[in-house]
Amino acid sequence: MSAETPAISAHGLARDYGERRALAGVELALAAGGTLAVLGPNGSGKTTLLRILAGLLRPSAGEVSVLGCPLPGETWRLRGRVGFLGHDPLLYRDLTGRENLRLAARLYGLKPERAEERIEELLSAVGMERRGDDRVAELSAGMAQRVAVCRTILHDPELLLLDEPDSHLDPAAREAVRALLDPGDGRTRVIVSHERERVLAEADVALELG
Amino acid sequence: MSAYRALLGKDLRVELRTFRSLPAMALFAVTTFVIFRFGLDRTGLEGSLAAGVLIATLLFAAILAVNRLFVAERDEGGFELIRLAPIDRTWLFAAKTSALMIYLLVLELVVVPIFALFFLDSAEGLLPLIPVLVLFDLGVALTGTLISTIATMSTARDLLAPLVLLPLLVPVVIAATGAAEHLLSAGGPEYDRFGTWLAVLGLYDLVFALVGYAVFDFLLED
Repeated sequence: MSAETPAISAHGLARDYGERRALAGVELALAAGGTLAVLGPNGSGKTTLLRILAGLLRPSAGEVSVLGCPLPGETWRLRGRVGFLGHDPLLYRDLTGRENLRLAARLYGLKPERAEERIEELLSAVGMERRGDDRVAELSAGMAQRVAVCRTILHDPELLLLDEPDSHLDPAAREAVRALLDPGDGRTRVIVSHERERVLAEADVALELG
Repeated sequence: MSAYRALLGKDLRVELRTFRSLPAMALFAVTTFVIFRFGLDRTGLEGSLAAGVLIATLLFAAILAVNRLFVAERDEGGFELIRLAPIDRTWLFAAKTSALMIYLLVLELVVVPIFALFFLDSAEGLLPLIPVLVLFDLGVALTGTLISTIATMSTARDLLAPLVLLPLLVPVVIAATGAAEHLLSAGGPEYDRFGTWLAVLGLYDLVFALVGYAVFDFLLED
């Protein structure tokens, strides 16, 4: 991907669920290293947009390219380059936090020694090092969210797609998570949030849906 | 290969921790043997009847595991985790098939001796039964994993697995009972057409392994 190519571009992007149009005519261009804030009321298609950008949903119409990969044709080239934090934490409830992170590390091809180091580093950063051996089913929603944040950035992705990353978090955890998700390293980010003022303050581009 | 080991290890660890599938399968199988014992009013079985009772019981017990195979992937976001990761998704098919195969083998280690205690005069036919059960398990595991994936993506998931899976498994049942009935004969194991039935089971397994390899990636797509 050249410096001029946007990290994300979309033209006339639409997605239907049966006869209901969830997303209509989205136009978008985000430079590499930029932050996009996606705003809008419930049901306006924010999560749908995020899932299309992650390659998890096919658009019904329009064109979209992410990190130089036209979707859905080259979704396979995008795999492993995106960190996706959705409404669900994508954690197995009967595994511990550490076991979930080890599984993710192996799926993303991290070397075992490096993976262990990285897991401990991330769990410490979100204050979960002592509860890392508890099953996810035994964790509060906020604690599971912290482990999910660790899972999202474990493989050091080029693009972060974050759907309400602060949800369920107390103020201290929010600060810890923000420091991880926005370390000022120029990573491209798309953030869906209802906290309009806060997210607009850190965004380069805003997209209002609905 | 690392992804395969990781996914299989995850499934086995979760089963060892929660025991959600195996005890239910074993209990179901033993209960079914009791029902057959009283329903048929026989203390001993042989030949095709013995083979039919054993294979049908194992098949229905397997359905319990097939129904649960992708529950965590569906409810806890495992499918998305795997779709986002830079791995060949066929490893998920291989890992799930292996997990189901292991459940069936463990189940048989427990319930086949109980079947022998309930119904057989001699345990002589049990040793040559091993390759039959291994090939039967592989066929059930391959087909069960495929159908379970399709069912998981459907809204009629609880109905779809048994309704589609059972007809697809008819050839496996015919071949497995065909091979087992001579092994469980009253006068001791006979090997009439044993090789032919094993070949049929092997061919079925090969076909469904290839079908799974060819289509599994597409089944996970949106």
